[in-house]
Amino acid sequence: MAEHAAAVAHQFDDAEQQRRAAELGMWIFLATEVMFFGGMFTAFTAYRWLYPAGFAHASRHLDVLLGGINTVVLIGSSLTMVLAVHGARVGHRRMLLVCLGLTMLLGSVFLGIKAIEWTHKWEDGLVPGLRFALTGADAGPEELFFLLYFAMTGVHALHLVIGICVVGVILALAWRGHYTPAYHNPVEVTGLYWHFVDIVWIFLLPMLYLIGRHGP
Amino acid sequence: MVRSGVRLYVAVFAALLVLTVATVSVSYVDLGPLSVVVALTIAFTKALLVVLFFMHLRESSGLVWVVAGGGFFWLAILIALTMSDVLTRGWLPVSGP
Repeated sequence: MAEHAAAVAHQFDDAEQQRRAAELGMWIFLATEVMFFGGMFTAFTAYRWLYPAGFAHASRHLDVLLGGINTVVLIGSSLTMVLAVHGARVGHRRMLLVCLGLTMLLGSVFLGIKAIEWTHKWEDGLVPGLRFALTGADAGPEELFFLLYFAMTGVHALHLVIGICVVGVILALAWRGHYTPAYHNPVEVTGLYWHFVDIVWIFLLPMLYLIGRHGP
Repeated sequence: MVRSGVRLYVAVFAALLVLTVATVSVSYVDLGPLSVVVALTIAFTKALLVVLFFMHLRESSGLVWVVAGGGFFWLAILIALTMSDVLTRGWLPVSGP
């Protein structure tokens, strides 16, 4: 199996063409992911425009400290991911294995902090449909904000769960010595996916947590 | 072109950390409507750093640049055309049924 993985598939001229095809394929998938998350970002932008006060008030229920810490955790996981790719490129086996493990660990820490935040939202009665305690003039738009909050952070967390599983598979294959400097395309494209999930969070932090802290 | 190395990755990571601290700190200051502009400018800068250095776009072929740019261009179309409706709803008086 290792020999098959290392070999150039018959439809490619050479290893470089195979590498470029893998890279392009992942970027095309990520372009569809931009549109997938883009629908929710567009909905958020439109409703924030229509209900500025409700969205600003709802935003202040979020924990900026936990959101900021999670941003640092996820950026850290992107560093370990790119170092894993670097390890694969230069054939540094221990760097590849350790950094893949650290990436999974940091991704799990992010999910843990996210779970704590979601628990607080449940206790505070901020879960639309199931347990929503806010009343008042802005209750409707505030519920809409939290609907989008749970949809966006939920789908983002799902992407992270998938990412952690994929990195786990890559780690197992790397452990068995599947990857060499000449062939490590799965490590490269997994890195692209991981960094994309990081970028989504880079935009979720200001939109959900930060821009509503002042104003109406 | 500078080769990718551990030091470069750590430098990009440090820049991302600084920008994260900056955007969180600035959110405690009331900048009025500018707060959105500042927050999104910092977010785009961070995204660009990740795309260029961590995702190695600067080493990629022109075709990959077209796909990456295309993703964001289509997102811009989605947001611009949607908002062109939402923003202009009140401009013309339309009598309801």
